[in-house]
Amino acid sequence: MELWELTIWQARELLDQREISSVELTRALLDRISLVEEKVRAFLALAGQQALAQAQEADRRLDSGERTPVLGIPLALKDVLCTADFPTTCGSRILGDFIPPYDATVVGRLRQQGAVFLGKTNMDEFAMGSSTEHSAFGPTRNPWDLERIPGGSSGGSAAAVAAQECLGALGSDTGGSIRQPAACCGIVGMKPTYGRVSRYGLVAFASSLDQIGPMTKDVRDCALLLGAIAGHDPRDSTSVPVPAPDYTSALKGQVKGLRVGYLQEEQGVQGDVLKGVQEALSLLESMGARLVQVSLPHMCYALPSYYLVAPAEASSNLARYDGVKYGFRCGEEGGLLEMYRCSRSKGFGQEVKRRIMLGTYALSAGYYEAYYLKACQVRTLLIEDFRRAFELCDVIVSPTAPTTAFRLGEKLQDPIQMYLSDYFTIPVNLAGLPAMSIPCGLDSNGLPIGLQIVGAHFQEERILQVAYSYEQASGYLGRRPQL
Amino acid sequence: MGITRQDVEHVAELARLSFNEEELERLTGELNSILGHMEQLRQVSTQGVRPTTHAMELFNVFREDLVLPSMEPEKVMANAPKCSGESFQVPRVIE
Repeated sequence: MELWELTIWQARELLDQREISSVELTRALLDRISLVEEKVRAFLALAGQQALAQAQEADRRLDSGERTPVLGIPLALKDVLCTADFPTTCGSRILGDFIPPYDATVVGRLRQQGAVFLGKTNMDEFAMGSSTEHSAFGPTRNPWDLERIPGGSSGGSAAAVAAQECLGALGSDTGGSIRQPAACCGIVGMKPTYGRVSRYGLVAFASSLDQIGPMTKDVRDCALLLGAIAGHDPRDSTSVPVPAPDYTSALKGQVKGLRVGYLQEEQGVQGDVLKGVQEALSLLESMGARLVQVSLPHMCYALPSYYLVAPAEASSNLARYDGVKYGFRCGEEGGLLEMYRCSRSKGFGQEVKRRIMLGTYALSAGYYEAYYLKACQVRTLLIEDFRRAFELCDVIVSPTAPTTAFRLGEKLQDPIQMYLSDYFTIPVNLAGLPAMSIPCGLDSNGLPIGLQIVGAHFQEERILQVAYSYEQASGYLGRRPQL
Repeated sequence: MGITRQDVEHVAELARLSFNEEELERLTGELNSILGHMEQLRQVSTQGVRPTTHAMELFNVFREDLVLPSMEPEKVMANAPKCSGESFQVPRVIE
């Protein structure tokens, strides 16, 4: 077995027993990157030299007997996370030259625990998209089929994990941006409960929905990496002052007596995907879980509600890009207003401008009540649906995405078709719930299918318990694309 | 509730974005089709429903009023497109 094929926990054991060094492991991954990156294009920036220096330091700490879950582990970071003194572009021209003066809290935590950062991964501009085609720096390709999208917006992180260019990665999820690419690339991805992980230093898209989470090769790695980043942060007032548990203790491998909810309303789903999910449900039932049909009557209104709430928040958050304090500037000769207009119009890409327009419209005088306020009321009804459903079951299982990975360019000219990729993931963000995507088989084209497991607030352990049991029993563990 | 080309121009002005003719035409069509999709929200009865702006219950978070070190000015200014000392420079606003 090559070193780049290891999971985080396998590497953890070898590093802790000093059978391999972090420098060897990091070198193996950098070699792997130089071999496959040309095809996949998962990274926006590589940090080879810095990574090797961090690996050396990790080896020194390991030699002195120190142990942390991520000490010496080579990881990748979505380029939406601020990294001190290392470029952070958010996939946008407007931040093309931006070098943050500080680390995001999650980056700082991993750094302190001795993780090695290989580089920053590609994404849809400002995390707006479901295919990574909206990156200002070109698309990432799906390692399972290079003519297809890796999903988005955390497509770079998902592809890097699937192509085994890193042992794990962080992504961010506003409407499915961790789970949908995880599904498309056949890896594991989790969006934690809103407030579980600090958003400090995460470039804001829609602040009431954004959450950072792990993207890994398997469920154990997900538990490990979540534990390394979760917990209260005084610098994010929405982070919850509840200590993070040891998530690996949730990996019991049994689901006996657990109530697994499933939805009736699953229209427009690809046949193979439905079949994959149904087989997963049967397997869980055969392992002793009890299947319960649940209904979320307002789920079909989640997408329109989200596409008012998220753009409204984004239009406010992105008002800061005005060419004054940081970022791209042009049009100075025309005066201050022209400088704002020019910097923003040339700095932002098409999808970002579309959403700023949509959000500005939804918040503007005369339309606020009909659109934004209405969407926020529907959000309340959806949250109540979930609360009722979780009285009947412990987790809700559904497809992560209605289809497997589509072809590059297939949905680029049709925003609504693109938005529908997040049909199953969006309700979860509106309700602030934790959810995970794990692989549940391949479709007839050999493309991975994702299974979404949703839990009640702060029930990440329940989700991990189900995911781990399913993963152990299903036999999909360790399937990787050939590159 | 259709969105007109004039609405699009007005919203662009509010958002400090400028578009050429072709873009304005395209955006008018796209925003209409997206907003048309939102119309289904009208089917939902929301009378008396409290709006949610945040999924989790949030309370004011207070901290001790302590003076803590700030980021060094040079680091903060390093990303400015144009600056002079510790000031950001913008085109002249008052003649």
